[in-house]
Amino acid sequence: MSRTEKIRGGVAEAMAHDSARLHVTGAARYCDDIQAPAGLAHACLGLAEAAHGRIVSLDLAAVKAAPGVLGVLTASDIPGANDISPTGRHDEPVFATGEVLFHGQPLFAVVAETRDAARRAARLAEVEIVPLPAILDLDAARAAGGKLVTAPLTLTLGDVDAAIAAAPRRLAGRMAIGGQDHFYLEGHIALALPGEDGEVAVFSSTQHPSEVQHMVAHVLGLPSNRVTVEVRRMGGAFGGKETQSNLFAAVAALAAVTLDRPVKLRPDRDDDMVATGKRHDMEVDYEVGFDAAGNVLGVEMTFAARCGFSADLSGPVTDRTLFHADNCYHWPAARLTSEPLMTHTVSNTAFRGFGGPQGMLAAERVIEEVAFALGEDPLTIRTRNVYGDAARAVTPYHQRVEDNIAPRLMAALAERADYWARRAALRRANADSAVIKRGLALTPVKFGISFTATHFNQAGALVHVYADGSVRLNHGGTEMGQGLYMKVAQVVAEEFQIDVDRVRITATTTDKVPNTSATAASSGSDLNGMAARNAARAIRDRLTDFAAESHGVARDQVSFLPGRVRVGNAEIAFDELVRQAYMARVQLSATGFYKTPKIHWDRVAGRGRPFYYFSYGAAAAEVAVDTATGEYQVERVDILHDVGRSLNPAIDRGQIEGGFVQGMGWLTTEELWWDDAGRLRTHAPSTYKIPLASDRPRVFNVHLAEDSENREETIYRSKAVGEPPLMLAMSVLHALSDAVASVADYSLCPRLDPPATPERVLAAVDRLREAAR
Amino acid sequence: MTSTRGAIRFLHRGRVRELAAESATRTVLDWLRETEGLTGTKEGCAEGDCGACTVLLGRAEAGAVRYEAVNACIAFLGMLEGRHLVTVEDLAASDGTLTPVQQAMVECHASQCGFCTPGFVMALSALRHASASASARDVEVALQGNLCRCTGYQPIVEAGARMYELTGPPVLPAVEPGELDALEDGATVRVGGFVQPASLDALADILQATPEATIVAGATDVGLWVTKGLRDITPMVHIGRVAALREIDEGPERLRLGAGVSYTQAWPALVRLAPGLDALLARIGGAQVRNAGTIGGNIANGSPIGDMPPPLIALGARLELRSRGEVRELPLEDFFLDYGRQDLAPGEFVTAVTIPRPKPGTHFAVYKISKRRDEDISALCGAFRIDLVDGVVVEARIAFGGMAATPKRAAVAEAAMRGRTWDETVLDAAIAALAMDYAPIDDWRASGAYRSRIAGNLLRRFFAETTEPAMPVRLAHV
Repeated sequence: MSRTEKIRGGVAEAMAHDSARLHVTGAARYCDDIQAPAGLAHACLGLAEAAHGRIVSLDLAAVKAAPGVLGVLTASDIPGANDISPTGRHDEPVFATGEVLFHGQPLFAVVAETRDAARRAARLAEVEIVPLPAILDLDAARAAGGKLVTAPLTLTLGDVDAAIAAAPRRLAGRMAIGGQDHFYLEGHIALALPGEDGEVAVFSSTQHPSEVQHMVAHVLGLPSNRVTVEVRRMGGAFGGKETQSNLFAAVAALAAVTLDRPVKLRPDRDDDMVATGKRHDMEVDYEVGFDAAGNVLGVEMTFAARCGFSADLSGPVTDRTLFHADNCYHWPAARLTSEPLMTHTVSNTAFRGFGGPQGMLAAERVIEEVAFALGEDPLTIRTRNVYGDAARAVTPYHQRVEDNIAPRLMAALAERADYWARRAALRRANADSAVIKRGLALTPVKFGISFTATHFNQAGALVHVYADGSVRLNHGGTEMGQGLYMKVAQVVAEEFQIDVDRVRITATTTDKVPNTSATAASSGSDLNGMAARNAARAIRDRLTDFAAESHGVARDQVSFLPGRVRVGNAEIAFDELVRQAYMARVQLSATGFYKTPKIHWDRVAGRGRPFYYFSYGAAAAEVAVDTATGEYQVERVDILHDVGRSLNPAIDRGQIEGGFVQGMGWLTTEELWWDDAGRLRTHAPSTYKIPLASDRPRVFNVHLAEDSENREETIYRSKAVGEPPLMLAMSVLHALSDAVASVADYSLCPRLDPPATPERVLAAVDRLREAAR
Repeated sequence: MTSTRGAIRFLHRGRVRELAAESATRTVLDWLRETEGLTGTKEGCAEGDCGACTVLLGRAEAGAVRYEAVNACIAFLGMLEGRHLVTVEDLAASDGTLTPVQQAMVECHASQCGFCTPGFVMALSALRHASASASARDVEVALQGNLCRCTGYQPIVEAGARMYELTGPPVLPAVEPGELDALEDGATVRVGGFVQPASLDALADILQATPEATIVAGATDVGLWVTKGLRDITPMVHIGRVAALREIDEGPERLRLGAGVSYTQAWPALVRLAPGLDALLARIGGAQVRNAGTIGGNIANGSPIGDMPPPLIALGARLELRSRGEVRELPLEDFFLDYGRQDLAPGEFVTAVTIPRPKPGTHFAVYKISKRRDEDISALCGAFRIDLVDGVVVEARIAFGGMAATPKRAAVAEAAMRGRTWDETVLDAAIAALAMDYAPIDDWRASGAYRSRIAGNLLRRFFAETTEPAMPVRLAHV
């Protein structure tokens, strides 16, 4: 590199995604695009067609006899444990035995020469299931005694009973919140290759290669050192590939080892949607005490979550619901309780936000209720209750909010979006428009960053500098589209002061960096960026030592400049210094490790500091609603979002816009619909409607919060961005609510529950018109 | 006697491909990925709803080759006959230089996970190739058949503008019409249970001989019988090469659409006939579905939620059917007998639909209600047509989809309107009468109660638009 003053692709540069060029040419390889190894066979799962029942017989003779079939696998073929429960509770078998617990539960797998043959054969099973009473929803779960899949949690702050009892005003209500399918464009897939001496390699579309490794070993009865799991990239994940990949990887590996052939398992989209977990739908019972000025004095909330048949991640998910049941608001007294209920439905799982969004929605509903009860604008009540100075900074889990910029963001956005003037104009316009009504809302976001299970907050990286000065980078984080690989490569480029093109990004694999955590909880760049920096610094330190020693100068006389290293008064090209270091037998490879400081959490006591820091944002949405049909469109959205000092503003903006639209889908058109038999009937894009290009806001102004930096020592003072923007979409739900409220002259809280489909919106309009009559 | 050819012939990557040993139900997507090793085209849903498998098919039309986006996941291999197949691998120049569409996608940060990206690139390439400029709305319409879960679409729509500002290699490797014309030999193609006649007479003969055959036009519905239902639909008779079924005849009195005319092809003629159809056509499927799907197919498969029958019934359309021996015609509404049952004799097939031109005094509108505005199946679709003379309703035709087991007219409501002055009283009576016309069911698209309520509200919207056209009563999507 010539003597440029700046490297290409350092930290804070708006670089394109590292695979952008491969994406647009179709050359980016996903698991299903790996060239088929010789002898590749294909597996298909056989799924139960009952929500709950006793398996009387499983006759697979016709399956085995079908054309092209190589073998059939059931629980009895599993050499290790018939268990893929990520919690160690042994409540989630690979294949059901004895009892079926949800419609779509895997019973067996068939392996055939082609995928088509396997799919056809799977449908030939003769399965006899004696139906048992099925608990399909939360009402049924409570009526049946309220069996829980995992231990509930209660967070307590102050004396909430006394606070509510003493409050001048009180109200109570219930909110139902819908679930959400991840709808990653690339469905689940695993490709397993048998190796020698019991080894198996698995290519898996997973956010959590280490867990897939452990599960495959567990199912096959092997130590982890026999199993390698690799993933270069996923076609989207959103939490849906955190634990849900285990099933597909375990079955593919089992089939590969059993048949001693490479086996691929790629379920059809319908099977993927039916057999894998989703965002938890919940019902929230809330009671709030407040004063005439709109100050909330006490809040009690109970979150009943439909967890499905097993625990999966429902414990930490519902915990995070409680951690976010304040959103940005100071509840002086609170009691927040989770009720993780067992149902005979697919086991719900991680999904961007991880339970947090449901808690935040409940907080916003409480605010909205208070506003309508007092005849105030909801933004007034939001501003009144937002976290503030030291006296108003304690959360229901007793962590202090020390980095609070929510009030500043809300005020700045209100001004930027011209909230008050537009609100006035829109209400005047509504008075003159009989059918089409407009609504406006501004909602904030505060999201806690860290895994609440403290031990997950660790990461490793492996960096090699080759003798030619090129760098190869590996870490435990996975790439699912979020741009993690690029951000971490930019960090390494920055450390060495070389162009990012010199840093080769490589697939995540368990034999390079072990014992990794899921790429989840928005933590990817915080954890892996730090680990990679530490690895790069270890090598840089050795290069510094070598340069100082070989040139006879002090260490502080060595500095890394763009593309070169200054040693005393001399400058040496980076590549040349590396070559010299190699010749001098300097180790040019290093691992890096990082663990998040300061965090601790005592779940029994309900106290601690589960989060290293908080990310903030605010959004203002305007909608137009047809009050005769319930149809609507999002007219304008303004966003101000905090990413600290951005590692890559282009990628961060993409996360914000994408998260917003995904959240909007959750709260509007994405409706999961089960029939009375417990069958999911919205199991493909023909019936399950995620947003399209034409659903995005007609005007979409997105800005990163200026002058923001992380108060904590995160990687280059950046902030996590994966999950928080999803909840900016609460503004759309509340704007719809505002439009609905117009039909009763803003006198009644619409209590519009998500997903706010046109049908739900019309129902709210009709209900308010009726009540106001 | 028509000659027979035992191979499918099409252009692909600069040469004529001949496929003889393929099964009828093999999809273009599976062939690309599994046989050709061209894995840039992705499977996201295998039902034509996500667009990750979008490829372009070139066909000769009016002295040019028109390239249209279609879903490879539900296109059967035989449907490539006589076409030029273009996939994402065929775009960038041989030295790796990106096309303006690809370059714009990179510059606008329009890919994140990248799995949907090849489909978006293909959909945008079709638009860029076909037009010298496009509005944001044009871009959105071109992308209605493509789902992205990562970006929120904003950068993709921006790329749809940027691609017109960039120069670079040709957007796609277009061929000359002569190269496609040279493939047409008039022979009936027969490959592994796939039968594709090249003339109406040949089609009639084939259906007479094999009345159990599945007739396929665009396969936007039938494709799912195979990819999802794993059904054996052979012999499969594909009508896409019968020129007579692709004719559009715009007469002074009526419009006649051959049964093989796609939504895309019919769109301009339909809008010239009844401008109210424009908004509906813009919401049927996505570009990929409109390019492949046919109005004849939408009628012939008898779906209770097909979007075209309600407006066509309201407009007084007649259906033309043919068997080898005879041609007959019937009012469209009489074709739908019951759920899944149409007035169709063995060996008989739909040849055309004929729609009379509305007269002065005719008011017509069609409204579609769905969970998501675009590319969604109707919860209900209501079409309204009245002929007014001095404020009196001399004729009323109302038809709904999604309200009964078939597309169905609202006979009681129509009777409440006919001969009456078009006023609030008559409107209320007609709305009340709808309850006698329909008893819709609950399903995942909507509850029966919502459908009933909306049916009345849509009639009210129609009243408002016919009596107070200045007052906005529906969302303006711009």
